[in-house]
Amino acid sequence: MQKPFAITLNPGSSLANHTGSWRTARPVYLDRLPPCNNQCPAGEDIQGWLFHAESGNYEAAWRHLTRDNPFAAIMGRVCYHTCESACNRGKIDEAVGINSVERFLGDEAIKRGWKFAAPEKESGKKVLIVGAGPSGMSAAYHLRKLGHTVTVMDAGPYMGGMMRFGIPKYRLPREVLDAEMQRIADMGVTVRLNSKVDNILEQMKSGSFDAAFLAVGAHIGKRAMIPSGDAAKIVDAISVLRSMEGEDKPMLGRRVVVYGGGNTAIDVARSVKRMGAEPIIVYRRTRDKAPAHDFEIEEALQEGVMVKWLSTIKQAGDHQITIEKMALDDKGFPQPTGEFETLEADSVVLALGQDVDLGLLNGVPGLEVTKDGVVKVGTDLMTGHAGIFAGGDMVPAERNVTVAVGHGKKAARNIDAWLRGETYAPPPKHEVAQFEKLNPWYYADAPKTVRPMLDIIRRQSTFEEVQGGLDESNALFEARRCLSCGNCFECDNCYGVCPDNAVIKLGPGKRFQFNYDYCKGCGMCVAECPCGAIKMEAEEI
Amino acid sequence: MLKQCEGSHAVAEAVALCRPEVICAYPISPQTHIVEGIGEMVKSGELKDCEFINVESEFAAMSVAIGSSAAGARTYTATASQGLLYMVEAVYNASGLGLPIVMTVANRAIGAPINIWNDHSDSLSQRDCGWVQLFAETNQEALDLHIQAFKLAEEISLPVMVCMDGFILTHAYERVDMPTQEQVDAFLPPYEPRQVLDVNEPVSIGAMVGPEAFMEVRYLAHAKQMQALERIPQLAAEFKSVFGRESGGLIRSYRTEDAETIVIAMGSVLGTIKDTVDEMREAGHKIGVLGITSFRPFPLVEVAAALKHCKRFVVLEKSLAVGIGGIVATNVRMAVTGMGLKGYTVVAGLGGRAITMKSLTGLFEKAGRDELDPVNFLDLDWKVVNKQLEREREKRRTGPAAEAMLRDVGAVAARNY
Amino acid sequence: MSALQTVKFYQTGTFTVGNRLLAPEERSVQANMQRTNSLNSGHRACQGCGEALGARYAIDAAMNATNRQLIAANATGCLEVFSTPYPETSWQIPWIHSLFGNTAAVATGIAAAIKVKKQKGQGQDVCVVAQGGDGGTTDIGFGCLSGMFERNDDVLYICYDNGGYMNTGVQRSSATPSAARTATTMPLGPEPGNPFGQGKFVPAIAMAHEIPYVATATVADLRDLENKVTKAMSLRGARYIHILVPCPLGWGTASHDTIRMARLAKETGIFPVFEAEHGELKSALAIRRPLPVEEYLRPQKRFAHLFGKNPAVETIARIQAQADKNIRRYGLLSKEAA
Repeated sequence: MQKPFAITLNPGSSLANHTGSWRTARPVYLDRLPPCNNQCPAGEDIQGWLFHAESGNYEAAWRHLTRDNPFAAIMGRVCYHTCESACNRGKIDEAVGINSVERFLGDEAIKRGWKFAAPEKESGKKVLIVGAGPSGMSAAYHLRKLGHTVTVMDAGPYMGGMMRFGIPKYRLPREVLDAEMQRIADMGVTVRLNSKVDNILEQMKSGSFDAAFLAVGAHIGKRAMIPSGDAAKIVDAISVLRSMEGEDKPMLGRRVVVYGGGNTAIDVARSVKRMGAEPIIVYRRTRDKAPAHDFEIEEALQEGVMVKWLSTIKQAGDHQITIEKMALDDKGFPQPTGEFETLEADSVVLALGQDVDLGLLNGVPGLEVTKDGVVKVGTDLMTGHAGIFAGGDMVPAERNVTVAVGHGKKAARNIDAWLRGETYAPPPKHEVAQFEKLNPWYYADAPKTVRPMLDIIRRQSTFEEVQGGLDESNALFEARRCLSCGNCFECDNCYGVCPDNAVIKLGPGKRFQFNYDYCKGCGMCVAECPCGAIKMEAEEI
Repeated sequence: MLKQCEGSHAVAEAVALCRPEVICAYPISPQTHIVEGIGEMVKSGELKDCEFINVESEFAAMSVAIGSSAAGARTYTATASQGLLYMVEAVYNASGLGLPIVMTVANRAIGAPINIWNDHSDSLSQRDCGWVQLFAETNQEALDLHIQAFKLAEEISLPVMVCMDGFILTHAYERVDMPTQEQVDAFLPPYEPRQVLDVNEPVSIGAMVGPEAFMEVRYLAHAKQMQALERIPQLAAEFKSVFGRESGGLIRSYRTEDAETIVIAMGSVLGTIKDTVDEMREAGHKIGVLGITSFRPFPLVEVAAALKHCKRFVVLEKSLAVGIGGIVATNVRMAVTGMGLKGYTVVAGLGGRAITMKSLTGLFEKAGRDELDPVNFLDLDWKVVNKQLEREREKRRTGPAAEAMLRDVGAVAARNY
Repeated sequence: MSALQTVKFYQTGTFTVGNRLLAPEERSVQANMQRTNSLNSGHRACQGCGEALGARYAIDAAMNATNRQLIAANATGCLEVFSTPYPETSWQIPWIHSLFGNTAAVATGIAAAIKVKKQKGQGQDVCVVAQGGDGGTTDIGFGCLSGMFERNDDVLYICYDNGGYMNTGVQRSSATPSAARTATTMPLGPEPGNPFGQGKFVPAIAMAHEIPYVATATVADLRDLENKVTKAMSLRGARYIHILVPCPLGWGTASHDTIRMARLAKETGIFPVFEAEHGELKSALAIRRPLPVEEYLRPQKRFAHLFGKNPAVETIARIQAQADKNIRRYGLLSKEAA
């Protein structure tokens, strides 16, 4: 067509006009650290694995998850999921049920028989791990993945450590524990049970180990000085829980007083309840001051466990104890009131914390022990003795399974570097994706999915798992509640809202690119990015 | 085929023979019968493949025409007077965009005072709007000019106004030779647009053009009219070869061979002038007539050539350039610049005032004696005018002049049309 | 609309432009890598222009719905000026600009031409869109618009409403909201800003014409906007979509707040988002997070005179009353609206 001059123009010819020159600030894509990931003691990339779960690709999600933590099914049951407290979604409606999705993925992996691959290349280095608990097995997993030859030695008859002897089976069914432990052994990890290590240096020397990771846990129950008669039956909580695993169940009588306010106290009380006893917890402070997780207290109360708050045991006698009422002072510390009460008690279980058995470390040069009776380690988890690393309950840290698993990973990375004569440098952390960086409008309204609970009668009488899992549809739903804080989830908002078509969509999985030839720097992409994965930077003028 | 019919009807039939595809209609006297006629043909199915749209205003009429023409449809509309003024913005736009719309202007005066009768004020107000303006002398010519107009418009991509005197032609029953469809088809090929809104070849039409190119765009509009100047006589010749009669062209001379006085006019008044000239010729006056068919483009060279041998010219026009005199006369004077001719402007027939042979004879005789003023108003009632001027000198609040003068001439009120 | 959300709950549901979890046929036009970009890059709209965004949203959707068989007529105004200054055009579709006030009529003409060409077997089934700003629609173009409606011409008219004559320097139009400052309604005198009791809401007037389809939308609800354009393109006859497009320049808002302002207009009830067929209200987009009008007014400099040291409490209450009336009239908080 011979077009009339000037008044008729060729389509799309404005591409010649590079409006990018108007810009005083430019948008740039970035990844911010989701608060859940930031919070996770095991360093899981939660947002990352939820991303795969959202699209129903559970195996990819599980594989992504297990890059950091091999125990999805265990975590999904026993992790105290502080990630959920950090979750930005909590500021919209309720936190994403990260833990429930994790359990679903873990269970799915067991159901489908997903395995970890053996390393492609052997490093030729030998690492000894002492303790087949969460920390030791986590380290074994990561070290094996890195190609090292790993031997795990444990004094006990089963893998799992405190996960088996400290956590009741109504919270962690043993077949789940066994499956996730065995999966690591199947990677080619040598596990020697009933093999107590008495002297670490000798053991390393005799086995020609290049390095060792100690994770023996804290198995010795703390005692308290309670004046008591000879007839009084006083036992420690760990022994009680351990004996639940064996054939010989403990003989504690009908009235069992559990002394302490931590999770172990709750575990014991709930366990003996299931055995037909009438547990009563005695704790010196109030419910909100108790170290046990509130949901666990709540579940215990539901199941009929009695609690005497603000009480200390003054004396234990035959089938009865004397408790003193306490009152909190201004600073929140319990103070005696001089008011006493007598309770029937066939036995008293002390749940006052645990100590570490450090016997195997005798005579190790350079090694230091803190005044709390745990092993001093550097940030790399190496003890004062080169090549010997330690983690889990035996080093200064919060004591829970997730922290222990995290130690295992961290130790493995440091051991791996140390074996190569290097120092492990963790990648720099991105800035945390705070709620204020998000545009929550874009997330659909969706309340948290509630996991099914076992009915109360069966909770009081059996060791069946209390909390059920999600089925696929609601696990998917829950995964899709993730806001993907700070990480592009390809919602296309930037691509759509740009008035200048200055965002190039690169295709599924490839995210986007700015076309700075045309971007005028209006900042709409930043304002409308749901997850805070774009920021404005001043243009150099 | 010869037939006796109303001018409007003849035009309606001619337009229909041109196979128009979109017609926009808005009623205004004296154009109304044309679109009524076409509407009837569309409704009855006689005229096929044609959208007849009853729009809500003349502005809309021209705007719909712009849209349909830009989309490649042969488009026609008709208007007059106030209607033309109401669509002016779109009139300029149509030519600016180079859209070959054909529009009949059934010439009529412009108010206030409101007046439905014939003069050329409406079309001539649009002399610079960029449209070709062709003036018909008779109903036959009006009919023929429409057929030529489509061809001209589409060839040069400019809109064309066919101007015909309201009532005098539109409502007059005359014998016309109505061409056959075959003849029209042989003369007028299907519309092949220079630019069109086409999904297969998208363009943006109607860009904003700044100082860097606006002059050029305007010059090109002028250049197109210059092309039209060449094409109009050729088309008239082609028309003659198909239809066998003279119609259109730029100008037409009548008995000017040895004329000392040449009367110049446009439209149907040429008939009265020719009759007057015939009589005066018999009385020995050396007088002739020059009819201008193409007012835009204005045939400067041809007019100059036609006036080459006369001593004086009289431009008799149905329009008034208030504050200067004539509109057509100003154009003619430009054509004869430097030729040393005497020229007289005669404003006549405004608002339907009858132009009689008697008045013309007197006027032309006076012209022959060079007794005319440079600007003259034919048959002006000086008594009424002077009285009103006096009133206004005397009194501030004289009220509406038109009503006052109507009382003076004895009419109680204007007849209600 | 929210029913749609529960069924298709994919993290962001359908609030975001795209969603990798949706089936391809359920995805938005704007999410498509092959979208038309009917209004191409390089146009000269201000930073954060709501109209540029709205126009691309709407025309891309129309292009998608018609399999790219679309012609557009455009009124004079910002959209025209920033998209087609010689020697460049941003339009990738056949497009014509004629005048400020005649766009509906030009579109009628195009539609008529298409109809005839099709009858003659010379052309395809091409759809026609007319578009203009609020000035070109509710004021100067209103006569032609009403005529197009009344004749039920086969045209979708889209009005991009930014509440004033922004191209000429922010003057008042009949779509300027009450109390707003413009260059011709300055915040001076006893009734600062645009007087109450003036102005018109053309969607309601369009409904009074009982045309097949009338809808309102904003640039904040892309899916809703696209659904409406798509629906409009599935119908024949006169159709009208009125899209709220915030103007950073005229409203005095940050360029990155354009979508947010549209969202606030909808959430406060200031701008009702609904659809009507043959003059009857069919559905309304429910307010999701109800907010007082202050939230909408405060970020805009054109309402700055209502705030500051002595807030114009009564004026704000009158604006709130307007919003409340919309909420009642269009059922913006009712379950049916969902």
